[in-house]
Amino acid sequence: MSHDDVLNPKSMPHDPEKATLEGKNKFLGFWFFLGGETVLFASLFGTYLALNGSTQGENTPENLFGLELVFIMTMLLLTSSLTSVYAMYHMKNNDFRKMQTWLGITVLLGVCFLGFEIYEFYHYIHEYGFTFRSSAFGSAFYTLVGFHGGHVLFGLSWIVALMIRNQKRGLNLYNAPKFYIASLYWHFIDVVWVFIFTVVYLMGKVG
Amino acid sequence: MADNTNSKTGYQMEYERKMHREEMKQQVISFVMMILFTFIAFGMVIMEVDSYFVIPTLLILAIVQVAFQLYYFMHMKNKGHDMPALMMYGGAAVALLTIITFVTIIWW
Repeated sequence: MSHDDVLNPKSMPHDPEKATLEGKNKFLGFWFFLGGETVLFASLFGTYLALNGSTQGENTPENLFGLELVFIMTMLLLTSSLTSVYAMYHMKNNDFRKMQTWLGITVLLGVCFLGFEIYEFYHYIHEYGFTFRSSAFGSAFYTLVGFHGGHVLFGLSWIVALMIRNQKRGLNLYNAPKFYIASLYWHFIDVVWVFIFTVVYLMGKVG
Repeated sequence: MADNTNSKTGYQMEYERKMHREEMKQQVISFVMMILFTFIAFGMVIMEVDSYFVIPTLLILAIVQVAFQLYYFMHMKNKGHDMPALMMYGGAAVALLTIITFVTIIWW
C-alpha cells in the first residue's frame, strides 16, 4: 500500500484528527496551548476587573455600553460555534463539500461579528471620545476586548487559509487534524467571549 | 491504523454514522441550552434584578455555558481527553489565582 492510500482512506476512521501520529501530536500540543491562552486571558480579565473603576469622568461602563449590539454579537459568535460543529460532523462522515460549506458559513458569521466590533470601537471613539488613553478603564477595556477581536481575526484567516489551501486536495488524514484544530480554536474564541459579555458588558451594566 | 480504515464494513460505517448523528443531536441540544442561558443573562440585566443576586448568577450561567462549549462542542466528554482536561483545569486554576491576585492588589 502506498503512502497516499494510507492518508486517503475511503471512509474516515473513527477519530480522523487523531488517526496519525502527527495528528495526535497536534491535538495534544494545541490543548496545551489553549491551557496557556486561558492564563493569558485571565491576566487581561484580572487587569480589567482591577481597573474598570478608574474612569476619569463620564465615560463609565454603565454610560458607554449598549446591550443590543452586544446581544447581536453574542448570537453571531454562538451560532458560528455551532456551524463549525456542523463542519466537523461532516468531516467525520468524510463529506468534504459540506464541510467546506459549513466552514464558509462560520467565516461569514465571524466576519459579521468583527464588523460589529469595529463599529463599536469606532462609535466609542467618535461619539464619546473614549479611547485607549482616556483612562485606566479605557486601556484595560481596549486591551481585553481588542485582544479577543485579534483572536477572531486570526481564527478567520486561519480557517480561510485552510479552506483555500485544501480546496482541490479534498479531505484526507493529513489535513483532517488541521481542520479539527482550527475548529477547536474557534470554539475557544467563543469561550472567551462568553466571559467578556458576562464580565465586561453585563456586569458593567449592573454596576 | 491503515488496516482498519480501508477495510471498514458497511455495517461498521452505518454504526459510526449513527454515532456521529447521535453526537450531533447532543450538540444541537447544548446549543439551544447556551442560547437559553444567554437570554436569561441578558434578560436579568435588562429587567434590573438586584445586583447582589444578579452578579453571582451571571457568573454561574457563564461557567455552565463554557462547560457546554468545552465538553460538547470541543468534545472533552469523549474518550482520550485526559490530557486536554488536565491542561484546561490547570489553566483554569492558574487563571483563577491570577484574577484573585490582580483584583486584591487594587481593592485592598
